[in-house]
Amino acid sequence: MAVITYREALNQALAEEMERDDSVFLMGEEVAEYDGAYKVSKGLLDQFGERRVVDSPISELGFAGLGVGAAMVGLRPIIEFMTFNFSILALDQVLNSAAKMLYMSGGQISCPMVFRGPTGAALQLSAQHSQACEIWYVHAPGIKVVTPATPADAKGLLKASIRDNDPVAFMEGELLYNLKGEVPDPDDGDFIIPLGVADLKREGEHISIITHGKMVHVALQAASKLEKDGIEADVLDLRTLRPLDVDAILATVRKTNRAVYLEEGWPWGGVGSQIVSIIQDEAFDDLDAPVVRVTQADVPMPYAKNLEQIAKPSVDRVIAACNRVLYRNS
Amino acid sequence: MGTAEAEATKPSKTSGENGNGTSSPGGAKLGDFSKEELHRFMRAMLLFRRFEEKAEEAYAIGKIGGFCHLHIGQEAGALGLIDPLRQDDWVITAYRDHTQALAKGLEPGPVMAELYGRDTGSSRGKGGSMHIFGAEQGFMGGHGIVGAQMPMAAGMAFAAKYRGTDQVCVCFMGDAAVNQGAFLESLNMAAIWKLPAIFVVENNEYGMGTAFSRVSAVPMIQRADSFGVPAHTVDAQDIIETWSFMDDLVKQVREGAGPQFVEARTYRFKGHSMSDPVSGTYRSKEEVDGRVKEQDPIAILRNRLFEADLMTEEELDAMDDEVRKEVDEAADFADEAPLPDPAELYSHVYAEINEHGRLFFDGRDGEAGHPGGGKD
Repeated sequence: MAVITYREALNQALAEEMERDDSVFLMGEEVAEYDGAYKVSKGLLDQFGERRVVDSPISELGFAGLGVGAAMVGLRPIIEFMTFNFSILALDQVLNSAAKMLYMSGGQISCPMVFRGPTGAALQLSAQHSQACEIWYVHAPGIKVVTPATPADAKGLLKASIRDNDPVAFMEGELLYNLKGEVPDPDDGDFIIPLGVADLKREGEHISIITHGKMVHVALQAASKLEKDGIEADVLDLRTLRPLDVDAILATVRKTNRAVYLEEGWPWGGVGSQIVSIIQDEAFDDLDAPVVRVTQADVPMPYAKNLEQIAKPSVDRVIAACNRVLYRNS
Repeated sequence: MGTAEAEATKPSKTSGENGNGTSSPGGAKLGDFSKEELHRFMRAMLLFRRFEEKAEEAYAIGKIGGFCHLHIGQEAGALGLIDPLRQDDWVITAYRDHTQALAKGLEPGPVMAELYGRDTGSSRGKGGSMHIFGAEQGFMGGHGIVGAQMPMAAGMAFAAKYRGTDQVCVCFMGDAAVNQGAFLESLNMAAIWKLPAIFVVENNEYGMGTAFSRVSAVPMIQRADSFGVPAHTVDAQDIIETWSFMDDLVKQVREGAGPQFVEARTYRFKGHSMSDPVSGTYRSKEEVDGRVKEQDPIAILRNRLFEADLMTEEELDAMDDEVRKEVDEAADFADEAPLPDPAELYSHVYAEINEHGRLFFDGRDGEAGHPGGGKD
């Protein structure tokens, strides 16, 4: 094990997979000469050359679609969006082309590719740069969605995503890039985390906080605080939203009989809506209380620091939600 | 828009100073082709025509549903711009795609069966008229979002260059596509990376019911010029002209000439789709009748062959009978084919059903073909 950052873990995954398979290439804005807007691709241009690490024009629809076309004829493109906020311009190629190609062609043409970049809010980037975009991707059959929260998950899941034969939206967190954590050494062999396996990041018996991506860390902080009050929480990190580890969701709910879903996005049709639907459908008799969701405030992200803080899902809001589900007075 | 009427009969030409050594042939002659080749051209165009007429007929009696866009009047473009390609070259196009699929080597039977929504259709009945695919033949689909095929074409051309092959990608679109952002983004990327892509606009003068002149302040070739992509115009009602032009252009691109833009001047003899009358609100009956009379690609070739004593009326009739029979057989093949099995609803959504986790959320586990909830 080595302690490295989330950024370095992603970089290792990219380098290892590009080394392993010549059909893998990286394209996006600033990925080559600039080393990546968030330095995820640092050094890759030197290592692999401009054939495989390609700076694109600021044309999200264009280069996302170029990736789709390259994947249609057998390459394995990694398309980096500087942030998933900008991928909204490319959604036609993601949803109408990549996600549907195999189906429309009756199984003839697949799109093995990864769209990756940060999603969600950072700090005071305001309305257009602070959106959690998972739901727009996970909504469409044909796409897989991965949301790693730790350096190890980032590495193991990115390698699995690159090798997957379907289009994968790999959604990182801008505020996670400097996060440090233990990751197996490359010398110890290929480190792959299969898609569709959730990870219980903390164990408890009283309540389940289920979440994904960056919010895993908010959930863990909330669980630490709750512990001081004698409340032990399971924190279940879904890690991938499609495929979804439903067994792990049902297992934690059956254990604690109480659940909160925490996510960074908006409430209407959010990821939590689907999770709550699954829980009530498949574990209704195990519930001792309604499942409560914690989301961003139902407003565009404001700029002012104080407003931003109350718009985002916070540790306090998660604790309040847990108390509600536990029928406790906070 | 009337200006194209005079323009359409001019030989092909290349415009702009940005070209990098490409040139367009002009004045190709009948004598450049063998009698066999000329007969093959005639037969292919007749097949396209009869195929589309059969589709029209089948649509009218409810055998074909959804949207259906016919290529009648544009056969010389489908043939002349695709026939010079190799099988491992790629063609990608929009939703007016039946005859282009045939030109790239798909058999009429599976294409008709796709229109009929049958299991033996080229896309197993899952795509329909707008989404004909033939991976083996390098026919990379009919696509339903105007202009969306352009970035994908750039991607295939990118892959050819990436792998160091000499494959070429030809991307078709209608004239309305030049106003999409994808058009500009793709031409630019193709130009900066010198990709082996040929972007062909089938300019039939109307984007659905809107004349091109109403939605563009400049001629379309001017736009390609501005990206440094050599722009060519070809009379796509003339198979001789079009085929020679494309044969030459493909060779140049194969040898590294970089991306090219082609305005293929043509005219749609039928409505935009089946719900659109041939003439009416946006173009007059006189206009359509005149163009059909003057610019039918099949009649143009027929007249030249008759004049040059390269085909007799009897030979043409026999050929037409043969082609009609082939199309009837395609329709029979479609008619007799099974519907897709209900279990096929869930196939081909994902290429890889992961070992863990749930991929489908409709709660229909246990129904035919449903992959179930992973390890549930």
